[in-house]
Amino acid sequence: MIINHPLLGPRDAQEFTYLGDATLIDRPDGMADAAPEAFHDYLHLRDNPAGTHRELWYHEGGDRSWLVVTRDTRTHEITRVDLARDVALQRGRGA
Amino acid sequence: MPDLTPITPLGGSSLRTDTIGAISIAEADDWALASVAARAGQLEDTLTRARKLTGLDLPGPGGLVAGGDWRAWWMAPEAWMLATPLSASEDIVAAVKPALGDAASITEQTDAWARFDITAPVGFLERLCNVDPARVTPGTATRTVMEHMGVVVLRHGDQAFSVLGVRSSAGSLHHALLTAARAVA
Repeated sequence: MIINHPLLGPRDAQEFTYLGDATLIDRPDGMADAAPEAFHDYLHLRDNPAGTHRELWYHEGGDRSWLVVTRDTRTHEITRVDLARDVALQRGRGA
Repeated sequence: MPDLTPITPLGGSSLRTDTIGAISIAEADDWALASVAARAGQLEDTLTRARKLTGLDLPGPGGLVAGGDWRAWWMAPEAWMLATPLSASEDIVAAVKPALGDAASITEQTDAWARFDITAPVGFLERLCNVDPARVTPGTATRTVMEHMGVVVLRHGDQAFSVLGVRSSAGSLHHALLTAARAVA
């Protein structure tokens, strides 16, 4: 499998490690009133789609950047790759 | 004070050079290294200050530049490695930090890396790692993996490369390079 890194171009999947669903970016506020319920959902509840899935990959054997990869879980076709940093900033995180 | 004797990355008392056919692999320890990471929102300031210090424009993704006493290559988004002759600047942080000030975070890296200067056709490196000769042209720096070890491959010229790996696994990296050289020589 080849992942088309937004900065470095096509890189072999051997250089990457997989973390999981890209919703991990949306970590709840631990100080909020409903934090226990929010963290329960955040930690344990995942969609498991047969089809398009957005997921976090880490370029460990490369520039150490985190990527959000959109992959079809049935065919492994990758349709989109973004820097997780850009995705997080867009969502108002990490500022 | 005990009288300590410096050793090379491979643990010897002198630097090792291996020549196998047309391929030469030379252990090298004459660069002082420091990583430069721009602090949040200070990218432009980092670039300007680095230019004033080194005369170089810090390169974009995958880039390697050299001029005067300095080399710089891209390591990660908004992070670079600077190299300068060890003889001129044994304490590279003392040389770099005053110029970059609070714009960037500097980490001394000199003894963290083992470097091998290689003269070989680019096909030699294809044996070992994911370098695509069409993309890895002179003036590129590629971070990739060789036999499960993270490395940086610098291409200086047509047949001139440097491979930098983690110093604690210098022996394994050297073994991988020698094995590949014997296979293609």
